[in-house]
Amino acid sequence: MDLINIFIKSIFIDNMIFAFFLGMCSYLAVSKKVKTSIGLGIAVVFVLTITVPLNFLLNKYLLEPGALKWLSPSLADVDLSFLSFIMFIAVIASMVQLVEMVVERFAPALYASLGIFLPLIAVNCAILGGSLFMQQKGFTNVWQSLSFGLGSGIGWMLAIVLLAAIREKISYSNVPAPLRGLGIAFIITGLMAIGFLAFMGIKI
Amino acid sequence: MGKKKSKEILFDPLFENNPITVQVLGICSALAVTVKLMPAIVMALSVMAVVAFSNVIISLLRKYIPMRVRIIVQLVVIAALVILVDMLLKAFAYDISKQLSVFVGLIITNCIVMGRLEAFAMDNKPWASFLDGIGNGAGYGLILIIVAFIRELFGSGTLFGHKVVPQWFYDHGYMDNAMMLMPAMALITVGIIIWVQRSYMPQLTEKE
Repeated sequence: MDLINIFIKSIFIDNMIFAFFLGMCSYLAVSKKVKTSIGLGIAVVFVLTITVPLNFLLNKYLLEPGALKWLSPSLADVDLSFLSFIMFIAVIASMVQLVEMVVERFAPALYASLGIFLPLIAVNCAILGGSLFMQQKGFTNVWQSLSFGLGSGIGWMLAIVLLAAIREKISYSNVPAPLRGLGIAFIITGLMAIGFLAFMGIKI
Repeated sequence: MGKKKSKEILFDPLFENNPITVQVLGICSALAVTVKLMPAIVMALSVMAVVAFSNVIISLLRKYIPMRVRIIVQLVVIAALVILVDMLLKAFAYDISKQLSVFVGLIITNCIVMGRLEAFAMDNKPWASFLDGIGNGAGYGLILIIVAFIRELFGSGTLFGHKVVPQWFYDHGYMDNAMMLMPAMALITVGIIIWVQRSYMPQLTEKE
């Protein structure tokens, strides 16, 4: 129950893009065609689902105040949480590299379609944002963080695919010249965000 | 490309080459902090400091960084600077640091920092890189502050937490627009800023 709730909430209510503007750079840059946006979306879901639980474990057993207690009782008051930014980004960068190599070896077709997006993802704010929100929300077990990572990824993918679909259609309409491209993309995103406000308060 | 003058490096990114509205970099983490003016200014200053100093450091190291691992090196430099900024904020401006929550950490993946390191600091001298960092940070901060100004003024009728809309207005039926406090309006406000800017600078208009 709890897991489903976190999942639904991270897709619709705390949507990475509409509520927190995370990953806007690639969101705006890669949303011109539905096909490429699906590729990037899948890559984000993939990486978020892996890195959020991984960083959760790292946070719980290494970084939190008193997290090192399992090593020896004398380390109970060690607080390494100031290292979390650097640890998270290192995990993300290395995981992206690893995922890239694994995909290249075992699924060349997938690699051909994801290939260019994977390295970009290391510096996508949505990925680091996922880990930082995970740390802030204080999940109690790894399944909750998994559900959060997966949900956030799907929410992000939903947003970018929707925007790409709208932008494909809007190229047929007569947008005022100074608003073309970036400007209208911002305003569409804003209107979509208002639409997503309708989900506020949903609880299962 | 000819050598740019220091003045151009410093002032170009403010309008003509603004990182947010023209280069489309670094929108990511920033807009969420624009509900109130004060956190927006703190955020702008933090980003400015991180861009400027990481530019200088990478520019000093540029001849020694192997091309293949440069992304990791850049990330480590940026992350170290962001940790410094985060700790300074926690020490001297605790309330604001609480409001900014995860968004200070997200400066690490702010595309503007990486973007400037890749595009400028990797092949320019430290002093020019420093100016470039200050200029881009300021251009970014400018948009942030404009958006925050509009949202705080119309959303809660205050500036820096002080009431500025006179009581007389409220007595005659004026109401604060709570819609402005929603995340959605930040996006629409930026869209409108881009519209206004491109109307005055037609050379920036995108071709379909």
